[in-house]
Amino acid sequence: MPADFNWAIGGEAGDGIDSTGKIFAQALSRAGRHVFTSKDFASRIRGGYTAYKVRTAVDPVQSVVDRLDVLIALTPRTIEENLDELHEGSVIIYDGERTTMEDVEIPEGMIGLEVPLKRLAEEAGGAIMRNVVALGAACEVAEFPIENLDSALEKRFGSKGQQLVDNNKEAARKGQDYVGDEYDHDFDYDLETTDEDYVLLNGDEAIGMGAIAAGCKFYAGYPITPATDVMEYLTGRIQNFGGHVVQAEDELSAINLALGAARAGARSMTATSGPGIDLMTETFGLVATSETPLVICDVMRSGPSTGMPTKQEQGDLDMLLYGGHGEIPRFVLAPTTISECFWKTVEAFNLAEKYQTPVYLTADLSLAVTEQTFSPEEFDMDEVEIDRGKVVDDDTISEWQNEKGQFQPHALTDDGVSPRAFPGTGEGAHMSTGLEHDELGRRTEDTEMRIEQVDKRNRKVETARNEEDWSPREFGDPDSDNLVISWGSNEGAMVEAIDLLEEDGVDVRFLSIPYMFPRFDLNEAFENADEVVVVECNATGQFADVVEHDTLTRVKRVNKYNGVRFKADELAEDIKQTLEA
Amino acid sequence: MSSEIRFTDFKSDKQPTWCPGCGDFGTMNGMMKALANTGNDPDNTFVVAGIGCSGKIGTYMHSYALHGVHGRALPVGAGVKLANPDLEVMVAGGDGDGYSIGAGHFVHAVRRNVDMTYVVMDNRIYGLTKGQASPTSREDFETSTTPDGPQQPPVNPMALALASGATFIAQSFSTDAQRHAEIVQKAIEHDGFGFVNVFSPCVTFNDVDTYDYFRDSLVDLAEEGHDPTDYDAAKDAILDADKEFQGVVWQNEESVPYGEKHGVTENMSDVDEGAPEGAMDLVREFY
Repeated sequence: MPADFNWAIGGEAGDGIDSTGKIFAQALSRAGRHVFTSKDFASRIRGGYTAYKVRTAVDPVQSVVDRLDVLIALTPRTIEENLDELHEGSVIIYDGERTTMEDVEIPEGMIGLEVPLKRLAEEAGGAIMRNVVALGAACEVAEFPIENLDSALEKRFGSKGQQLVDNNKEAARKGQDYVGDEYDHDFDYDLETTDEDYVLLNGDEAIGMGAIAAGCKFYAGYPITPATDVMEYLTGRIQNFGGHVVQAEDELSAINLALGAARAGARSMTATSGPGIDLMTETFGLVATSETPLVICDVMRSGPSTGMPTKQEQGDLDMLLYGGHGEIPRFVLAPTTISECFWKTVEAFNLAEKYQTPVYLTADLSLAVTEQTFSPEEFDMDEVEIDRGKVVDDDTISEWQNEKGQFQPHALTDDGVSPRAFPGTGEGAHMSTGLEHDELGRRTEDTEMRIEQVDKRNRKVETARNEEDWSPREFGDPDSDNLVISWGSNEGAMVEAIDLLEEDGVDVRFLSIPYMFPRFDLNEAFENADEVVVVECNATGQFADVVEHDTLTRVKRVNKYNGVRFKADELAEDIKQTLEA
Repeated sequence: MSSEIRFTDFKSDKQPTWCPGCGDFGTMNGMMKALANTGNDPDNTFVVAGIGCSGKIGTYMHSYALHGVHGRALPVGAGVKLANPDLEVMVAGGDGDGYSIGAGHFVHAVRRNVDMTYVVMDNRIYGLTKGQASPTSREDFETSTTPDGPQQPPVNPMALALASGATFIAQSFSTDAQRHAEIVQKAIEHDGFGFVNVFSPCVTFNDVDTYDYFRDSLVDLAEEGHDPTDYDAAKDAILDADKEFQGVVWQNEESVPYGEKHGVTENMSDVDEGAPEGAMDLVREFY
């Protein structure tokens, strides 16, 4: 048997798919197993189909694969949707007493387990628990100790009273016993447990947690899939740390609220998806020109326009790099894993304040809604460092006043960074504006000052380029002639693909790029490579274009834009074929 | 310190480029007086301005200020105030900024009721772009882009505010210096969103809504014995299309500003040197 186990529950939207899947994922995590989850929406048929998939192993898992071992099917369509991933010996758990499932046909070679989910749930106290009956059945199939499920059920239902928790535990046992009694079959699975303690979280939650860790106290946003989880995470938590979340009337307002808070001295942020970035682009130039530190998070989804709002895509890169009229200095960060979502958020706040420049922090849908297990040490809060940059106070402000005693918020400096005085600082009153301005922040059309201020703002980026570490994350064989480059969430699938490629006799060096601007200089890596492949989830190869521009070298491209993330086995095959082409 | 503050302390050393005779001079002077009278000083005051002739005000006043993008001054002001409730926040803009491109934000700023002041310099014309119809222009007002007049009724900003749940609505006339300053002062003192629509005539592009027109037509609600806490009386005054008035038309004495409702009372500019205490609990939640 493979070292990993792949499980899913699927049905109609509203069937409680997400919460059931989350309970199982948590049970596995609490049992000391690594977990990687994904949410599946209709791929071939339009409609309300939804599924929650869990991949688990004792060793870390960081991707999905094209294989499904146990499926809880609440609808016939769930089976149909997953035919490609089901295999000989896959187990399908379903309620044969449910009218819609009566005539369901289990594909040749697979094992259908007919479990009266609803009836058993009713016996345990209510039909609503039928999914938990199915979880119990799955525990029996996978030889996974059901006590781990109890602990997840306690976490999920504990706040609603012990009776409900007990009923659910009973429901799970009914499912477990039914399979044990009715099916005399060894399914060959054995989900062993370990003593490790893992945390289970998704990318949006990691971004929200990173914001609080970084001292972010103000968040304004407008709900949008798949960024809403950032806002929902912060709501209810940030106030415990002296902060506040405002739900704005639209994204135009959200970024301006966040801008106002940043002008007042708060570490401030907004998060949205591509359609929101379209609107925020109006104010983005103002943020940069007024030299306001602001973190703007774009959790990308499939576009253009409304596109496929619940699907994966990395289509916003060009907009993040170049969006807005005029030439706007900026930083663009793209965390490549869920734990990096946390650390890059912390870094984004430091970059924003150190250089008084807006920072785009971009994740994609796959990172945002995927949950993964980590050792809690990966989020060691003691490692969080805060750098607020050149802030002046009542005592130091005089160093930055002109001969008239006026504070100069846009003073021309060698590194391009000017002093920052929070409102309330004595003798610091000053204005700032989206107009070109002088050192005092007042409008000017003086040709020399225009050049000096443009150069000063751009100089900040150059200073950062020299002073900060923009290194990529490196995997695979450092001496390989085959260089693979990707950005964002593709890292996990690619890291697993390296092992699969190796089994096929193909070695690669893999650079996972978390900094889109400024960027690591790839020229040296190119000199040592015969073949370069750039992997990304978009149709036109936006990052491949950037890489070609930087290196003046043509690259090969692997693009996926059907709305589904790369799977490790599929990506390995794509890389292999592209290298051979 | 506040007792030493004079309104001229809020004046910058930059000379306004408004046309001679522009209503905005008087509007700004009244704002500065009201700020000084309420014990503020430039270092604890934040002025947010939009785009248009009115938007230049941040340059001519001396305070912390941001001159933002067109129509979005109100959310900036709310962000400033919530992040540092110790600041006095005043947002200024024109009728185009507030009632056209920024109309959506106006409605929601009113609803949100953050404790700040919004002064709209309403000249019923687009002046900076040299004379096009504004949302408060009269239906038959001929301009370069509306040769037959807009043929749409003007926006009634106070009705819009009232319908959005405003807690303070007033109107003033920029050239009636003392009364204007007094009304803005009441808006500052109001616990919540203080909205003042100021008739601020454009002497260059609007030959209809002139100083003479307002002098002849304006009635003062205070002289009429209007009770600003009487909602129905406020509604009647606001919906009377034939009546040009100044004064506080509506004030909800029960107003509780957003910050107080949501417990947002601390200056957010203080940040710990590392992750805040208790941050590790956030990680433990994910067990």
